[in-house]
Amino acid sequence: MFRLSIPLRQALSKLTLPVLIAAAFGLMLLGKADTILAERARMALADALAPIYGVLAEPLAHARTAVDNARNMLTLYEDNTRLRAENEQLRRWQAVAMALDAENAALKANLRWIPDPAPAYVTAHVVADAGGIYARAVLLSAGPNNAISKGQIALDDHGLVGRVTELGARSARVLLITDINSRIPVILEGSRARAVLAGNNGPRPRLMFWPEGVTPAEGERVVTSAEASAFPAGLPVGIVHYTQGKVAEVEPLARLDRLEMVRLFDYGLHGVLPPEASAAKTTPPARK
Amino acid sequence: MKFRSIPGIHPRPSLWRRLDMAARVSFPATTTALLLLVMSAPIGLPAQAELQKAAAVCCVFFWSLFRPGSMPPLAVFLLGLLADLLFYAPPGVTVLTWLLVHGLALRWRRSLVRLGFVLVWFAFITAAVGAAGLEWLMTSLLSFHLLPPHAAMFEAVLSVGLYPLVAVVLTRAHQGIAEPDLA
Repeated sequence: MFRLSIPLRQALSKLTLPVLIAAAFGLMLLGKADTILAERARMALADALAPIYGVLAEPLAHARTAVDNARNMLTLYEDNTRLRAENEQLRRWQAVAMALDAENAALKANLRWIPDPAPAYVTAHVVADAGGIYARAVLLSAGPNNAISKGQIALDDHGLVGRVTELGARSARVLLITDINSRIPVILEGSRARAVLAGNNGPRPRLMFWPEGVTPAEGERVVTSAEASAFPAGLPVGIVHYTQGKVAEVEPLARLDRLEMVRLFDYGLHGVLPPEASAAKTTPPARK
Repeated sequence: MKFRSIPGIHPRPSLWRRLDMAARVSFPATTTALLLLVMSAPIGLPAQAELQKAAAVCCVFFWSLFRPGSMPPLAVFLLGLLADLLFYAPPGVTVLTWLLVHGLALRWRRSLVRLGFVLVWFAFITAAVGAAGLEWLMTSLLSFHLLPPHAAMFEAVLSVGLYPLVAVVLTRAHQGIAEPDLA
């Protein structure tokens, strides 16, 4: 290695920090100009880490289950009474549902109804939170030859979770419905009015742009709408809930804070999904 | 790699000693990178993302102040880049804020190193609040969205609260495992 004179070396070492700060600005510009490059770098890192997180997740899940079990032991009696009452109620609802199902089948047979094709789906483990401070997303671990593609819709056993926005070779990132960039066309199930569900990085996304003359009712169910062909109609999203300040929010049915597995459905919809679909690109046309 | 040279008699730099010294010199940057990676694993801590960033900014500040030779600007740059990729933040934002924190620590170094812990902590409060604010501003600008400011406030408060804890651990390391002269 060649030797530099001491003053030159001092001058160079003083220059490093300003040059690197300038490079940081350059990086921001590059990240804005070439979103695909940034996405590729991220997903390459996620691909390398996802298997490690996948291995780590198992013992951690065991530990969490043990803690949960210990906690459940304490509330065993109350839980039991509550569940008995709930079971009684559910039995009544089951009778109603079966009667309606039979009636529905009979009506469909009379109408020569063409049933919707059952969508294909894959199930994937949630291995890590992939949101950071200013986003809400999760990282999925998937095998190397997975059938996951961008725009697929993620559901857990209760309701809508989000959509696949970034895809690597062994991992995929799902933007949750609570993310600040998430806009989902929905229908209020009671009034059949359309609205937009806008995430705000909080636990409950906000309801926006419902038509005049309709007020979302507290406790009303909210399902997806097929508007903008980004989602199929009728996926369960959540329940309307008003805050103290009379803002209509939706309590998601999916347990977004403790996701373990999600099912990714391919409905073949690519409505709002440009090729560089990133966090900021899920806005359907807003309705007044 | 820069080793601190103290005048006097030195043991012969054998291969093991050199490896030992290299490990000690690279300890701060390596452990900070490891901290970032481990904290992005699904540990299930409450407010994990905020905690991760707060702990890392404490490390960057501490090492820049007390051992800048082991936390050079290039290391700060690379750590920031790793953090940006792990956080899915717009690339460059964490790099910029951490480089500025590093620069501040270097600038205050001469006066702060001689002062007591509480004053260092006060200096860190300024740096951490500034860093969280700048990060919020840049992320908002780059995503064309006014992001909720309470996330930034929470992060600043968390890093300020976490600093004494991190400082206790890192002071130990500073005098022990990360000291190249002990090799």
